[in-house]
Amino acid sequence: MAYSDKVVEHAENPRNVGTLDKNDPNVGTGLVGAPACGDVMRLQIKVGEDGVIEDAKFKTFGCGSAIASSSLATEWLKGKSLEEASQIKNVQIVEELNLPPVKIHCSVLAEDAIKSAIEDYRKKRAAKPKA
Amino acid sequence: MSVKLPIFMDYHSTTPVDPRVLAEMLPYFTEKFGNAASRSHSFGWVAEEAVEYARERIAKFIGAQSEKEIVFTSGATESDNLALKGVAEFYKDKGNHIITCVTEHKAILDTCKRLEKEGFTVTYLPVDKQGLVSAEQVRQAITDKTILVSLMLANNEVGSVHPLEEIGKVTREKGVLLHSDAVQGVGKVEFDVQKMNVDLASITAHKMYGPKGVGALYVRRSKPRVRIVAQMDGGGHERGNRSGTLNVPSIVGFGKAAEIMMQEGREESQKLFGLRERLRTRIMDKLEEVYINGSMERRLPGNLNLSFTCVEGEAMMMAIKDVAVSSGSACTSASLEPSYVLRALGVGDELAHSSIRFGLGRFTTQDEVDYVADLVIAKVNHLRDMSPLWEMHKEGIDLKTVQWTAH
Repeated sequence: MAYSDKVVEHAENPRNVGTLDKNDPNVGTGLVGAPACGDVMRLQIKVGEDGVIEDAKFKTFGCGSAIASSSLATEWLKGKSLEEASQIKNVQIVEELNLPPVKIHCSVLAEDAIKSAIEDYRKKRAAKPKA
Repeated sequence: MSVKLPIFMDYHSTTPVDPRVLAEMLPYFTEKFGNAASRSHSFGWVAEEAVEYARERIAKFIGAQSEKEIVFTSGATESDNLALKGVAEFYKDKGNHIITCVTEHKAILDTCKRLEKEGFTVTYLPVDKQGLVSAEQVRQAITDKTILVSLMLANNEVGSVHPLEEIGKVTREKGVLLHSDAVQGVGKVEFDVQKMNVDLASITAHKMYGPKGVGALYVRRSKPRVRIVAQMDGGGHERGNRSGTLNVPSIVGFGKAAEIMMQEGREESQKLFGLRERLRTRIMDKLEEVYINGSMERRLPGNLNLSFTCVEGEAMMMAIKDVAVSSGSACTSASLEPSYVLRALGVGDELAHSSIRFGLGRFTTQDEVDYVADLVIAKVNHLRDMSPLWEMHKEGIDLKTVQWTAH
Protein backbone atom coordinates (compact mmCIF):
# COMPACT_ATOMS: atom_id res chain seq x y z
CA MET A 1 0.00 0.00 0.00
CA ALA A 2 1.36 3.40 -0.87
CA TYR A 3 1.26 5.92 1.96
CA SER A 4 0.52 9.61 1.61
CA ASP A 5 3.46 11.93 2.13
CA LYS A 6 1.88 13.23 5.32
CA VAL A 7 1.55 9.76 6.83
CA VAL A 8 5.16 9.01 5.99
CA GLU A 9 6.28 12.33 7.42
CA HIS A 10 4.46 11.80 10.72
CA ALA A 11 5.52 8.18 10.99
CA GLU A 12 9.16 9.06 10.42
CA ASN A 13 9.11 12.14 12.63
CA PRO A 14 6.35 11.53 15.12
CA ARG A 15 5.46 14.57 17.26
CA ASN A 16 5.02 14.40 21.01
CA VAL A 17 5.99 10.81 21.66
CA GLY A 18 6.22 10.22 25.36
CA THR A 19 4.59 9.73 28.70
CA LEU A 20 2.93 12.12 31.15
CA ASP A 21 2.47 11.19 34.79
CA LYS A 22 -0.86 9.42 34.81
CA ASN A 23 -1.26 10.09 38.53
CA ASP A 24 -1.06 13.86 38.04
CA PRO A 25 -4.58 15.23 38.64
CA ASN A 26 -4.14 17.54 35.66
CA VAL A 27 -3.38 14.67 33.29
CA GLY A 28 -6.00 12.68 31.43
CA THR A 29 -5.06 9.35 29.85
CA GLY A 30 -6.87 7.51 27.07
CA LEU A 31 -5.86 3.95 26.20
CA VAL A 32 -7.79 2.49 23.28
CA GLY A 33 -7.53 -0.44 20.90
CA ALA A 34 -6.32 -3.96 21.51
CA PRO A 35 -3.05 -5.78 20.85
CA ALA A 36 -4.91 -8.63 19.18
CA CYS A 37 -6.37 -6.17 16.66
CA GLY A 38 -2.94 -4.80 15.84
CA ASP A 39 -3.30 -1.31 17.24
CA VAL A 40 -3.24 0.29 20.65
CA MET A 41 -3.06 4.04 21.22
CA ARG A 42 -2.31 5.80 24.44
CA LEU A 43 -2.98 9.52 24.33
CA GLN A 44 -2.42 11.84 27.28
CA ILE A 45 -3.33 15.46 27.84
CA LYS A 46 -2.19 17.88 30.51
CA VAL A 47 -4.75 20.56 31.21
CA GLY A 48 -3.95 23.94 32.73
CA GLU A 49 -6.02 25.70 35.37
CA ASP A 50 -7.62 27.75 32.57
CA GLY A 51 -8.98 24.53 31.01
CA VAL A 52 -6.63 24.73 28.05
CA ILE A 53 -4.56 21.72 26.99
CA GLU A 54 -0.96 22.60 27.75
CA ASP A 55 0.67 19.42 26.63
CA ALA A 56 -0.21 16.21 24.80
CA LYS A 57 1.79 13.02 24.42
CA PHE A 58 1.18 9.68 22.76
CA LYS A 59 2.54 6.22 22.35
CA THR A 60 1.12 3.92 19.71
CA PHE A 61 1.49 0.26 18.81
CA GLY A 62 0.17 0.07 15.29
CA CYS A 63 0.79 0.65 11.63
CA GLY A 64 2.19 3.84 10.12
CA SER A 65 -1.28 5.32 9.70
CA ALA A 66 -2.11 4.68 13.34
CA ILE A 67 1.12 6.34 14.43
CA ALA A 68 0.47 9.29 12.12
CA SER A 69 -3.14 9.69 13.31
CA SER A 70 -2.12 9.85 16.95
CA SER A 71 0.85 12.09 16.23
CA LEU A 72 -1.42 14.52 14.38
CA ALA A 73 -3.98 14.38 17.18
CA THR A 74 -1.42 15.50 19.77
CA GLU A 75 -0.43 18.41 17.53
CA TRP A 76 -4.03 19.51 17.20
CA LEU A 77 -4.79 19.15 20.90
CA LYS A 78 -2.20 21.53 22.22
CA GLY A 79 -3.64 24.97 22.95
CA LYS A 80 -7.24 23.82 22.57
CA SER A 81 -9.85 24.01 25.29
CA LEU A 82 -11.42 20.71 26.32
CA GLU A 83 -14.59 21.76 24.55
CA GLU A 84 -12.71 22.45 21.32
CA ALA A 85 -10.72 19.24 21.69
CA SER A 86 -13.85 17.16 22.00
CA GLN A 87 -15.01 18.52 18.64
CA ILE A 88 -12.13 16.87 16.75
CA LYS A 89 -13.62 14.30 14.39
CA ASN A 90 -11.99 11.35 12.72
CA VAL A 91 -12.94 12.64 9.26
CA GLN A 92 -10.70 15.66 9.82
CA ILE A 93 -7.79 13.29 10.45
CA VAL A 94 -8.71 11.24 7.37
CA GLU A 95 -8.69 14.40 5.25
CA GLU A 96 -5.49 15.81 6.67
CA LEU A 97 -3.56 12.54 6.25
CA ASN A 98 -5.28 11.32 3.07
CA LEU A 99 -6.02 7.99 4.71
CA PRO A 100 -7.35 5.29 2.38
CA PRO A 101 -10.62 3.52 3.32
CA VAL A 102 -8.79 0.52 4.80
CA LYS A 103 -7.06 2.86 7.27
CA ILE A 104 -10.07 4.85 8.43
CA HIS A 105 -10.23 2.77 11.60
CA CYS A 106 -6.90 4.38 12.60
CA SER A 107 -8.54 7.80 12.62
CA VAL A 108 -11.52 6.44 14.54
CA LEU A 109 -9.15 5.08 17.13
CA ALA A 110 -7.46 8.48 17.43
CA GLU A 111 -10.82 10.19 17.98
CA ASP A 112 -11.68 7.57 20.60
CA ALA A 113 -8.33 8.17 22.28
CA ILE A 114 -9.00 11.93 22.49
CA LYS A 115 -12.47 11.38 23.94
CA SER A 116 -11.15 8.81 26.38
CA ALA A 117 -8.36 11.11 27.60
CA ILE A 118 -10.80 14.00 28.14
CA GLU A 119 -13.21 11.73 29.97
CA ASP A 120 -10.42 10.44 32.20
CA TYR A 121 -9.37 13.98 33.03
CA ARG A 122 -12.97 15.03 33.82
CA LYS A 123 -13.52 11.99 36.01
CA LYS A 124 -10.39 12.78 37.95
CA ARG A 125 -11.45 16.39 38.49
CA ALA A 126 -14.93 15.34 39.55
CA ALA A 127 -13.55 12.81 42.00
CA LYS A 128 -11.22 15.30 43.59
CA PRO A 129 -13.09 18.14 45.24
CA LYS A 130 -11.38 21.49 44.89
CA ALA A 131 -9.41 22.51 47.89
CA MET B 1 30.34 -1.64 4.04
CA SER B 2 28.46 -0.55 0.99
CA VAL B 3 25.06 -1.77 -0.04
CA LYS B 4 22.78 -0.65 -2.80
CA LEU B 5 19.31 0.38 -1.70
CA PRO B 6 16.60 -0.78 -1.78
CA ILE B 7 17.53 -4.28 -0.61
CA PHE B 8 15.33 -7.17 -1.71
CA MET B 9 14.78 -9.63 1.13
CA ASP B 10 11.45 -11.04 0.01
CA TYR B 11 12.58 -14.01 -2.09
CA HIS B 12 9.50 -16.03 -1.13
CA SER B 13 7.31 -13.62 -3.03
CA THR B 14 9.32 -13.83 -6.21
CA THR B 15 12.88 -13.82 -7.49
CA PRO B 16 14.70 -11.86 -10.18
CA VAL B 17 15.37 -13.68 -13.43
CA ASP B 18 18.93 -14.98 -13.43
CA PRO B 19 20.86 -13.29 -16.27
CA ARG B 20 21.83 -16.74 -17.60
CA VAL B 21 18.14 -17.60 -17.80
CA LEU B 22 17.27 -14.39 -19.59
CA ALA B 23 20.06 -14.93 -22.12
CA GLU B 24 18.57 -18.27 -23.14
CA MET B 25 15.09 -16.84 -23.39
CA LEU B 26 15.76 -13.84 -25.58
CA PRO B 27 16.04 -15.50 -29.03
CA TYR B 28 12.61 -17.07 -28.48
CA PHE B 29 10.93 -13.68 -28.43
CA THR B 30 12.33 -12.56 -31.78
CA GLU B 31 13.90 -14.86 -34.37
CA LYS B 32 12.70 -18.16 -32.83
CA PHE B 33 9.17 -17.00 -32.18
CA GLY B 34 7.31 -19.98 -33.61
CA ASN B 35 4.27 -21.67 -32.13
CA ALA B 36 5.35 -25.00 -30.64
CA ALA B 37 2.13 -26.51 -31.95
CA SER B 38 2.93 -25.65 -35.59
CA ARG B 39 3.90 -29.02 -36.99
CA SER B 40 4.26 -27.97 -40.59
CA HIS B 41 7.28 -25.65 -40.67
CA SER B 42 10.67 -25.04 -39.14
CA PHE B 43 9.53 -22.12 -36.94
CA GLY B 44 7.24 -24.52 -35.13
CA TRP B 45 9.83 -27.30 -35.00
CA VAL B 46 12.44 -25.01 -33.45
CA ALA B 47 9.98 -23.88 -30.79
CA GLU B 48 8.83 -27.42 -30.10
CA GLU B 49 12.39 -28.65 -29.75
CA ALA B 50 13.12 -25.91 -27.23
CA VAL B 51 10.02 -26.78 -25.24
CA GLU B 52 10.91 -30.48 -25.18
CA TYR B 53 14.43 -29.69 -24.03
CA ALA B 54 13.02 -27.61 -21.17
CA ARG B 55 10.64 -30.42 -20.32
CA GLU B 56 13.56 -32.83 -20.02
CA ARG B 57 15.53 -30.47 -17.82
CA ILE B 58 12.57 -29.94 -15.49
CA ALA B 59 11.77 -33.66 -15.34
CA LYS B 60 15.36 -34.40 -14.35
CA PHE B 61 15.30 -31.59 -11.80
CA ILE B 62 12.48 -33.16 -9.78
CA GLY B 63 13.42 -36.78 -10.35
CA ALA B 64 10.61 -37.62 -12.78
CA GLN B 65 10.90 -40.84 -14.77
CA SER B 66 9.87 -39.26 -18.04
CA GLU B 67 9.62 -35.78 -19.53
CA LYS B 68 6.09 -36.74 -20.55
CA GLU B 69 5.13 -36.33 -16.90
CA ILE B 70 5.58 -32.55 -17.09
CA VAL B 71 2.53 -30.44 -18.00
CA PHE B 72 3.27 -26.76 -18.54
CA THR B 73 0.87 -24.24 -17.01
CA SER B 74 0.72 -20.51 -16.33
CA GLY B 75 2.09 -20.95 -12.81
CA ALA B 76 1.62 -22.80 -9.56
CA THR B 77 -1.89 -21.53 -8.90
CA GLU B 78 -3.02 -23.12 -12.12
CA SER B 79 -1.00 -26.25 -11.37
CA ASP B 80 -2.64 -26.57 -7.96
CA ASN B 81 -6.10 -26.07 -9.47
CA LEU B 82 -5.43 -28.59 -12.21
CA ALA B 83 -4.06 -31.17 -9.78
CA LEU B 84 -6.90 -30.99 -7.28
CA LYS B 85 -9.82 -30.43 -9.61
CA GLY B 86 -8.37 -32.74 -12.24
CA VAL B 87 -7.89 -35.62 -9.81
CA ALA B 88 -11.19 -35.00 -8.04
CA GLU B 89 -13.11 -35.10 -11.29
CA PHE B 90 -11.37 -38.20 -12.61
CA TYR B 91 -11.50 -40.23 -9.41
CA LYS B 92 -14.87 -39.09 -8.08
CA ASP B 93 -16.39 -42.54 -8.52
CA LYS B 94 -13.61 -44.00 -6.41
CA GLY B 95 -14.04 -41.61 -3.51
CA ASN B 96 -14.85 -38.07 -2.51
CA HIS B 97 -12.41 -37.39 0.30
CA ILE B 98 -9.36 -35.13 0.08
CA ILE B 99 -6.81 -34.43 2.82
CA THR B 100 -4.76 -31.26 3.05
CA CYS B 101 -3.57 -29.00 5.86
CA VAL B 102 -4.49 -25.61 7.28
CA THR B 103 -1.27 -23.83 6.31
CA GLU B 104 -1.44 -24.55 2.59
CA HIS B 105 -1.39 -21.75 0.07
CA LYS B 106 -4.75 -20.22 -0.88
CA ALA B 107 -4.47 -21.85 -4.29
CA ILE B 108 -4.96 -25.17 -2.48
CA LEU B 109 -7.34 -24.06 0.27
CA ASP B 110 -9.70 -22.13 -1.98
CA THR B 111 -9.69 -24.91 -4.55
CA CYS B 112 -10.62 -27.32 -1.76
CA LYS B 113 -13.44 -25.03 -0.68
CA ARG B 114 -14.82 -25.07 -4.20
CA LEU B 115 -14.59 -28.86 -4.30
CA GLU B 116 -16.47 -29.01 -1.02
CA LYS B 117 -19.30 -27.07 -2.63
CA GLU B 118 -19.32 -29.69 -5.35
CA GLY B 119 -19.82 -32.50 -2.86
CA PHE B 120 -16.28 -33.47 -1.91
CA THR B 121 -15.26 -33.80 1.72
CA VAL B 122 -11.99 -32.16 2.74
CA THR B 123 -10.01 -32.79 5.91
CA TYR B 124 -7.79 -29.85 6.86
CA LEU B 125 -5.12 -31.32 9.10
CA PRO B 126 -3.88 -29.06 11.90
CA VAL B 127 -0.15 -28.38 12.17
CA ASP B 128 2.05 -28.44 15.25
CA LYS B 129 3.85 -25.38 16.66
CA GLN B 130 6.56 -25.86 14.07
CA GLY B 131 4.06 -25.78 11.23
CA LEU B 132 4.34 -29.49 10.46
CA VAL B 133 1.99 -32.35 9.70
CA SER B 134 3.22 -35.84 10.54
CA ALA B 135 2.91 -39.01 8.50
CA GLU B 136 0.93 -40.47 11.40
CA GLN B 137 -1.65 -37.68 11.15
CA VAL B 138 -2.04 -38.45 7.47
CA ARG B 139 -2.42 -42.17 8.20
CA GLN B 140 -5.14 -41.47 10.77
CA ALA B 141 -7.03 -39.20 8.40
CA ILE B 142 -7.17 -41.57 5.44
CA THR B 143 -10.52 -43.32 4.97
CA ASP B 144 -11.76 -45.71 2.31
CA LYS B 145 -13.17 -42.65 0.53
CA THR B 146 -9.84 -40.80 0.35
CA ILE B 147 -8.53 -40.21 -3.16
CA LEU B 148 -5.90 -37.53 -2.64
CA VAL B 149 -3.57 -36.03 -0.05
CA SER B 150 -2.18 -32.58 -0.87
CA LEU B 151 0.63 -31.25 1.32
CA MET B 152 3.14 -28.57 0.47
CA LEU B 153 6.85 -29.25 0.43
CA ALA B 154 7.71 -26.05 2.30
CA ASN B 155 5.57 -23.29 3.72
CA ASN B 156 5.80 -19.85 2.14
CA GLU B 157 5.51 -17.91 5.40
CA VAL B 158 7.40 -19.84 8.03
CA GLY B 159 9.49 -22.09 5.78
CA SER B 160 8.53 -25.34 7.54
CA VAL B 161 9.50 -28.38 5.46
CA HIS B 162 7.07 -31.29 5.57
CA PRO B 163 8.40 -34.85 5.99
CA LEU B 164 7.19 -35.81 2.51
CA GLU B 165 9.23 -38.97 2.27
CA GLU B 166 7.47 -40.42 5.32
CA ILE B 167 4.10 -39.12 4.19
CA GLY B 168 4.66 -40.60 0.74
CA LYS B 169 5.24 -44.03 2.27
CA VAL B 170 1.84 -43.83 3.95
CA THR B 171 -0.06 -42.64 0.88
CA ARG B 172 1.60 -45.29 -1.29
CA GLU B 173 0.81 -48.01 1.23
CA LYS B 174 -2.80 -46.88 1.41
CA GLY B 175 -3.17 -46.49 -2.34
CA VAL B 176 -3.97 -42.79 -2.12
CA LEU B 177 -2.50 -40.18 -4.47
CA LEU B 178 -0.08 -37.59 -3.07
CA HIS B 179 0.10 -34.09 -4.51
CA SER B 180 2.63 -31.55 -3.31
CA ASP B 181 2.79 -27.82 -3.90
CA ALA B 182 6.57 -27.77 -4.09
CA VAL B 183 6.88 -24.14 -5.17
CA GLN B 184 8.83 -22.81 -2.19
CA GLY B 185 11.03 -25.78 -1.48
CA VAL B 186 12.11 -27.20 -4.80
CA GLY B 187 15.81 -26.66 -5.44
CA LYS B 188 16.29 -25.41 -1.90
CA VAL B 189 15.63 -28.57 0.05
CA GLU B 190 15.59 -32.15 -1.17
CA PHE B 191 12.73 -32.95 -3.51
CA ASP B 192 12.53 -36.13 -5.56
CA VAL B 193 9.18 -37.40 -6.78
CA GLN B 194 10.45 -40.98 -7.03
CA LYS B 195 12.08 -41.12 -3.65
CA MET B 196 9.14 -39.38 -1.95
CA ASN B 197 6.39 -41.24 -3.80
CA VAL B 198 4.88 -37.95 -4.93
CA ASP B 199 2.28 -38.47 -7.66
CA LEU B 200 1.59 -34.87 -8.61
CA ALA B 201 3.67 -31.76 -7.94
CA SER B 202 3.21 -28.06 -8.64
CA ILE B 203 6.21 -25.89 -9.37
CA THR B 204 6.71 -22.42 -10.78
CA ALA B 205 9.60 -20.67 -12.52
CA HIS B 206 9.53 -17.29 -10.82
CA LYS B 207 10.39 -18.64 -7.38
CA MET B 208 13.59 -20.15 -8.77
CA TYR B 209 15.08 -17.29 -10.79
CA GLY B 210 12.99 -17.93 -13.88
CA PRO B 211 10.29 -15.73 -15.40
CA LYS B 212 6.79 -15.12 -14.02
CA GLY B 213 3.79 -16.63 -15.73
CA VAL B 214 5.01 -20.17 -16.29
CA GLY B 215 4.76 -23.22 -14.10
CA ALA B 216 4.38 -26.95 -14.35
CA LEU B 217 2.38 -29.80 -12.95
CA TYR B 218 4.16 -33.12 -12.61
CA VAL B 219 1.73 -35.98 -13.22
CA ARG B 220 3.09 -39.48 -12.62
CA ARG B 221 2.69 -41.82 -15.58
CA SER B 222 3.63 -45.16 -14.04
CA LYS B 223 3.27 -46.95 -10.74
CA PRO B 224 0.66 -45.68 -10.50
CA ARG B 225 -0.46 -44.02 -13.69
CA VAL B 226 -2.21 -40.87 -12.54
CA ARG B 227 -5.09 -39.49 -14.58
CA ILE B 228 -6.48 -35.98 -14.46
CA VAL B 229 -9.37 -34.29 -16.23
CA ALA B 230 -8.25 -31.16 -18.07
CA GLN B 231 -9.74 -27.95 -16.71
CA MET B 232 -8.99 -25.83 -19.77
CA ASP B 233 -10.65 -26.79 -23.03
CA GLY B 234 -9.20 -25.96 -26.41
CA GLY B 235 -6.55 -27.19 -28.77
CA GLY B 236 -5.55 -30.21 -26.73
CA HIS B 237 -2.02 -29.09 -25.97
CA GLU B 238 0.09 -30.86 -23.36
CA ARG B 239 -1.32 -34.29 -24.22
CA GLY B 240 -4.79 -32.96 -23.70
CA ASN B 241 -4.05 -31.95 -20.12
CA ARG B 242 -3.85 -28.22 -20.64
CA SER B 243 -4.96 -26.44 -23.77
CA GLY B 244 -3.40 -23.13 -24.70
CA THR B 245 -0.48 -22.00 -26.83
CA LEU B 246 2.75 -22.69 -25.01
CA ASN B 247 4.66 -19.74 -23.60
CA VAL B 248 7.85 -20.79 -25.34
CA PRO B 249 10.34 -18.13 -24.17
CA SER B 250 9.28 -18.56 -20.55
CA ILE B 251 9.33 -22.34 -20.79
CA VAL B 252 12.88 -22.11 -22.16
CA GLY B 253 13.79 -19.90 -19.20
CA PHE B 254 12.08 -22.29 -16.78
CA GLY B 255 14.21 -25.13 -18.15
CA LYS B 256 17.41 -23.18 -17.75
CA ALA B 257 16.41 -22.08 -14.25
CA ALA B 258 15.82 -25.73 -13.32
CA GLU B 259 19.19 -26.74 -14.69
CA ILE B 260 20.98 -24.02 -12.71
CA MET B 261 19.12 -25.00 -9.55
CA MET B 262 20.06 -28.61 -10.06
CA GLN B 263 23.72 -27.74 -10.44
CA GLU B 264 24.01 -25.02 -7.83
CA GLY B 265 21.07 -25.46 -5.46
CA ARG B 266 22.87 -27.46 -2.82
CA GLU B 267 25.76 -25.03 -2.53
CA GLU B 268 23.41 -22.08 -2.67
CA SER B 269 21.33 -23.50 0.18
CA GLN B 270 24.42 -23.85 2.34
CA LYS B 271 25.35 -20.25 1.64
CA LEU B 272 21.80 -19.08 2.40
CA PHE B 273 21.69 -21.07 5.60
CA GLY B 274 24.88 -19.32 6.74
CA LEU B 275 23.54 -15.89 5.87
CA ARG B 276 20.17 -16.61 7.46
CA GLU B 277 21.83 -17.70 10.68
CA ARG B 278 24.04 -14.63 10.62
CA LEU B 279 20.96 -12.43 10.32
CA ARG B 280 19.12 -14.32 13.04
CA THR B 281 21.92 -14.35 15.58
CA ARG B 282 22.85 -10.72 15.01
CA ILE B 283 19.28 -9.61 15.61
CA MET B 284 18.60 -11.95 18.51
CA ASP B 285 21.88 -11.16 20.26
CA LYS B 286 21.01 -7.47 20.37
CA LEU B 287 17.27 -7.52 20.93
CA GLU B 288 15.25 -9.09 23.71
CA GLU B 289 11.86 -10.72 23.23
CA VAL B 290 12.23 -11.77 19.65
CA TYR B 291 10.46 -15.00 18.77
CA ILE B 292 11.10 -17.37 15.88
CA ASN B 293 7.98 -18.54 14.08
CA GLY B 294 8.22 -22.04 12.65
CA SER B 295 10.76 -24.81 12.95
CA MET B 296 14.49 -24.40 13.31
CA GLU B 297 15.12 -28.06 12.45
CA ARG B 298 13.02 -28.37 9.32
CA ARG B 299 13.16 -24.98 7.67
CA LEU B 300 13.95 -23.48 4.28
CA PRO B 301 17.53 -22.20 4.44
CA GLY B 302 16.63 -18.72 3.22
CA ASN B 303 13.62 -18.21 5.50
CA LEU B 304 13.52 -16.27 8.73
CA ASN B 305 10.21 -15.36 10.32
CA LEU B 306 10.48 -13.35 13.52
CA SER B 307 8.01 -11.67 15.86
CA PHE B 308 9.22 -8.57 17.67
CA THR B 309 7.15 -8.18 20.83
CA CYS B 310 5.21 -4.90 21.04
CA VAL B 311 6.20 -3.76 17.54
CA GLU B 312 3.53 -3.79 14.84
CA GLY B 313 4.64 -5.43 11.59
CA GLU B 314 3.48 -2.83 9.13
CA ALA B 315 5.01 0.02 11.12
CA MET B 316 8.20 -2.03 11.13
CA MET B 317 8.10 -2.46 7.37
CA MET B 318 7.59 1.25 6.98
CA ALA B 319 10.50 1.98 9.30
CA ILE B 320 12.80 -0.24 7.25
CA LYS B 321 11.32 0.88 3.96
CA ASP B 322 14.56 0.48 2.03
CA VAL B 323 14.40 -3.23 2.77
CA ALA B 324 11.72 -5.30 1.08
CA VAL B 325 10.30 -7.86 3.51
CA SER B 326 6.82 -9.06 4.31
CA SER B 327 4.67 -9.29 7.43
CA GLY B 328 1.93 -11.45 8.87
CA SER B 329 0.34 -8.32 10.26
CA ALA B 330 -3.29 -7.73 9.46
CA CYS B 331 -2.53 -4.31 8.13
CA THR B 332 -0.67 -5.75 5.17
CA SER B 333 -3.76 -7.47 3.88
CA ALA B 334 -7.13 -6.12 2.85
CA SER B 335 -8.84 -8.46 5.31
CA LEU B 336 -7.47 -6.89 8.52
CA GLU B 337 -6.94 -10.42 9.81
CA PRO B 338 -3.45 -11.51 10.80
CA SER B 339 -1.78 -14.40 8.99
CA TYR B 340 -3.80 -17.63 9.06
CA VAL B 341 -0.53 -19.55 8.88
CA LEU B 342 0.85 -18.02 12.07
CA ARG B 343 -2.50 -18.55 13.78
CA ALA B 344 -2.41 -22.21 12.79
CA LEU B 345 1.00 -22.53 14.46
CA GLY B 346 -0.57 -21.24 17.65
CA VAL B 347 1.11 -17.84 17.44
CA GLY B 348 -1.14 -15.38 19.28
CA ASP B 349 -2.75 -12.52 17.37
CA GLU B 350 -0.52 -9.99 19.04
CA LEU B 351 2.69 -11.73 17.96
CA ALA B 352 1.24 -12.46 14.53
CA HIS B 353 0.77 -8.70 14.10
CA SER B 354 4.40 -8.30 15.09
CA SER B 355 5.88 -10.73 12.59
CA ILE B 356 8.33 -10.02 9.82
CA ARG B 357 9.33 -12.53 7.16
CA PHE B 358 12.82 -12.20 5.76
CA GLY B 359 13.47 -14.15 2.57
CA LEU B 360 17.07 -14.53 1.49
CA GLY B 361 18.06 -15.67 -1.97
CA ARG B 362 20.65 -16.10 -4.67
CA PHE B 363 21.74 -12.47 -4.81
CA THR B 364 21.69 -11.70 -1.08
CA THR B 365 25.11 -10.60 0.20
CA GLN B 366 26.70 -10.62 3.63
CA ASP B 367 26.89 -6.83 3.56
CA GLU B 368 23.16 -6.69 2.97
CA VAL B 369 22.53 -9.07 5.86
CA ASP B 370 24.65 -6.95 8.19
CA TYR B 371 22.98 -3.75 7.05
CA VAL B 372 19.51 -5.22 7.55
CA ALA B 373 20.38 -6.64 10.98
CA ASP B 374 21.66 -3.25 12.20
CA LEU B 375 18.66 -1.44 10.75
CA VAL B 376 16.18 -3.87 12.30
CA ILE B 377 17.82 -3.56 15.72
CA ALA B 378 17.71 0.25 15.58
CA LYS B 379 14.13 0.43 14.33
CA VAL B 380 12.74 -2.15 16.75
CA ASN B 381 14.24 -0.15 19.60
CA HIS B 382 12.80 3.05 18.15
CA LEU B 383 9.32 1.58 17.73
CA ARG B 384 9.40 0.02 21.18
CA ASP B 385 10.22 3.45 22.60
CA MET B 386 6.95 4.67 21.16
CA SER B 387 4.92 1.55 21.97
CA PRO B 388 2.55 1.84 24.94
CA LEU B 389 2.57 -1.95 25.15
CA TRP B 390 6.33 -2.09 25.56
CA GLU B 391 6.16 0.52 28.32
CA MET B 392 3.44 -1.40 30.15
CA HIS B 393 5.30 -4.66 29.61
CA LYS B 394 8.45 -3.13 31.08
CA GLU B 395 6.47 -1.86 34.07
CA GLY B 396 5.53 -5.47 34.72
CA ILE B 397 1.91 -5.21 33.62
CA ASP B 398 0.61 -8.48 32.22
CA LEU B 399 -0.96 -7.36 28.94
CA LYS B 400 -3.29 -10.33 29.00
CA THR B 401 -5.03 -9.01 32.12
CA VAL B 402 -5.76 -5.57 30.66
CA GLN B 403 -9.33 -4.89 29.56
CA TRP B 404 -8.84 -3.93 25.91
CA THR B 405 -11.43 -2.26 23.78
CA ALA B 406 -11.62 -4.51 20.73
CA HIS B 407 -12.56 -2.58 17.63
